[in-house]
Amino acid sequence: MIPVRRRGLLGGGLAVAGLLPLSRFARAQEDQVNVYNWDTYIGSDTLAEFTDATGIAVRYDLYASSDELFGKLREGNPGYDVIFPSNNYVERMVAGDMLMPLDHALVPNLRNIAPAFANPSYDPGLKYGAPYTYSLLVIGYRKSAVAEPPTSWSAVFGPDAPVGRVSLPNETDLVRAALKSLGKSLNTEDPADLEAAEKLLLEVKRRGVVKMFAPDTGQDLLLSGEVDLAVDWMGDLRQVMAEDDDLDFAVPSEGTVLGIDCMCIPKGAPHPTAAHAFIDFVLRPEIHAAIAEEIQYAIPNQPAVELLPAETRDDPQVYPPADVLAKSETPAYRGEAAEKLFEDVLTRVLAA
Amino acid sequence: MEYWRRQPWVFATFIGPGTLWLLLFFLLPLGWIWLFAVGERAGPVDIVVTWTLENYREALQPVYLQLFLKTFLIALVSTAICLVVAFPVALAICFAPERYKNVLLLLVILPFWTNMLIRTYAMIAMLRQNGFVNDGIGLLWTGLKYLLTPVGMDGLMGERFAPLPLLYNNTAVILGIVYVYLPFMVLPLYANLEKLDRSLIEASLDLGASQVRTFFEIIVRLARPGIVSGIILVFIPALGTFLISDLLGGPDSQLIGNVVERQFRAANNLPLGSALSFLLLYLTFIALALRAWFAARAEKADA
Repeated sequence: MIPVRRRGLLGGGLAVAGLLPLSRFARAQEDQVNVYNWDTYIGSDTLAEFTDATGIAVRYDLYASSDELFGKLREGNPGYDVIFPSNNYVERMVAGDMLMPLDHALVPNLRNIAPAFANPSYDPGLKYGAPYTYSLLVIGYRKSAVAEPPTSWSAVFGPDAPVGRVSLPNETDLVRAALKSLGKSLNTEDPADLEAAEKLLLEVKRRGVVKMFAPDTGQDLLLSGEVDLAVDWMGDLRQVMAEDDDLDFAVPSEGTVLGIDCMCIPKGAPHPTAAHAFIDFVLRPEIHAAIAEEIQYAIPNQPAVELLPAETRDDPQVYPPADVLAKSETPAYRGEAAEKLFEDVLTRVLAA
Repeated sequence: MEYWRRQPWVFATFIGPGTLWLLLFFLLPLGWIWLFAVGERAGPVDIVVTWTLENYREALQPVYLQLFLKTFLIALVSTAICLVVAFPVALAICFAPERYKNVLLLLVILPFWTNMLIRTYAMIAMLRQNGFVNDGIGLLWTGLKYLLTPVGMDGLMGERFAPLPLLYNNTAVILGIVYVYLPFMVLPLYANLEKLDRSLIEASLDLGASQVRTFFEIIVRLARPGIVSGIILVFIPALGTFLISDLLGGPDSQLIGNVVERQFRAANNLPLGSALSFLLLYLTFIALALRAWFAARAEKADA
C-alpha cells in the first residue's frame, strides 16, 4: 500500500482533473490510479500486487460512509478513478450523472460475477458497477445473554425484546428492517406501510428496548457488553465474532436488507483506463478470493468463491443459502422524494 | 478613535486580511447555505433556488421545534455546569504563584492537543458498562462487601454489583459537552479575573463583608464581562453539537445538530438542513439581541 496524505492526493487530483483533455493524449501511458475505498476493505497485498502486475501506481484514500463518499463527489470529482459505493448510492449517483459507464471490453473478468448478481435491479447489466462484496443486515447477539438464538425480527421488534439491551442502526435501513418484519417489501412506497413501520418502531422505542440508535457502531456495543442484541451488517459482526466466541448472528426469517458494494468509475476520473485495469484485476479469482479471506465479506465472484477453503465456502454464516438471499431485497433508489419518506419516518422515530 | 481617518492605509492594512478571510471563507459560504434554504432539490445533486419558504415551513414543524427546545435546555444546563466548574478553576489559576500559572493554563488547553473525536471515544471507554469508572466502583463494591461479610452486614449490598448506566443517556451528553467546552469557559474567565484589581477584594474584606459576600458582590460582579463571553463561547457551540450526542447519547438524545448533520449527509436534503441551521442561527441572534437589550436596560436602571 502506498501511504498518501489525504490533502496531497486531493490537491494533486484537482490539478489532474483540470488537465483532463490533456490526459487523453497520455492515456496509453496512464501510470497511476486513484482509489477511494472504505476503511479495512481490501487485502493488505492487493495494491502492491496490482502495481507489480501492471506497473500502475495506486494512490489510496479512505472514507467511512456512503454519504461521505457522495458528499465528496457531489460538487465534482476531486480526482478519483475507482470508488466503492453501495447499491443504492450507485443508483443515486447514476441519477445524478456522476458515474462513467464501464467499458465491458476492458473488464473481461466481469464474466466471473455470479448469475444472482449479474443483472441486479439497481444496475441492469452491470452498466456502471462491478459487484465487489455483499452483506445482509442481521441480528447479532451474545449467546450467553439470550434464552434462545433469535430467528426473526421479533427478537428486537417484538414484545419479548429485552428492555435496554438492543442497539438499532440510526439509518433508514432501520425503517426497511421494520418493513421486512411486517412482511412488507422494503421498497414499498405505500404510505400505509411506512406508517405501520413507524408505529412499530415508536412502540419499540416506547417500551425502552433500544439502548442506542448506533451510528454504525452496533458491533462495538455488542463486543463491549453494552447490548445483547445488535442489528448490524453481517460483515461487521463477523469481525467482532473473531474476537469473542460468545457472539453470533442470525438472519431474520422474514428476510432483510441486502447491501451490495460495487466498484465504479466516477465521471471526470483522470485515469479511466487504469481504473478499468484495476477493477478487472480485483475481479481475478485469486485476487478477489484473497481479499474476501482477509476482510471476511462475502463476494459475488463465482470462481473466486470456489478458491476459498471449503469451510468458508459452505458456511451459511458467510455465504447465506439461496433461499435466504431470495427473501432479502436491495433497497432501490427512486428519487429524492421517495428517499425523503423514509428519512422522515426515521427523524420522527429518533426525535420521539 | 479617529486615527483611522488620518491613516486610512495603515488601517486598511490591518483590517484587510481579516475582513477578506471572513468574507471569503465565512460570509460567502454562509450565503450559499442561506440560498440553499430557499431552494428545492432537482435530482440527487442539483439545488435550484426558487425562493420557496417550504423548507422553513417544514423546519417549523412540532417535531423539530421540540428538538430545538430540548437542544436549548441541554446547552443551557451544560453551560451552567461549565460556569460553576470553571469559575473556581479560573480563580485558582489567578491566585496561583506566578511561576505555575503558565503550566496551569497549559493544562487547561491540553485536551485540545487531541482530536475531539478521540476525546469523545475516551469518554466512552470511561463511562461504558465495563468502563474504567464502573470497574473502579465495582472494585470498591467488592472490597466493601468483603469487609462487611464478617460482621454479617453484606446483605445490605445486594447479590452482585449492578453497573451504573453512565453512558447512552442525556446525562452522558451533558457530561461530554461540559468536558469538551470547559476550556472555553475557563479562559475568558481567567483573562477577566487576572485584570481584577485585588485591592477591591481587600477593601471589601477590610470593611467587614464576609468571604461569601465579597465573592458574589465584588469578584463575580467584576467578572461579568468574562462570564458573558464564557457563556456565549460555550452555549453557542453546544447548540450545534452533534458528534457528542451521536456517540454518548441514548435513544432519546437526538439534538437539532444531529438532524442537521443527517440532512447534509445521509438524507441528502441540503435545503431542509440549511433551513434548520439558519433557524438555529436566527434563534441564537434573537437570544443575543435580547441579552444585549436587557443588559442595556439594567445599565440604565443602575445609572
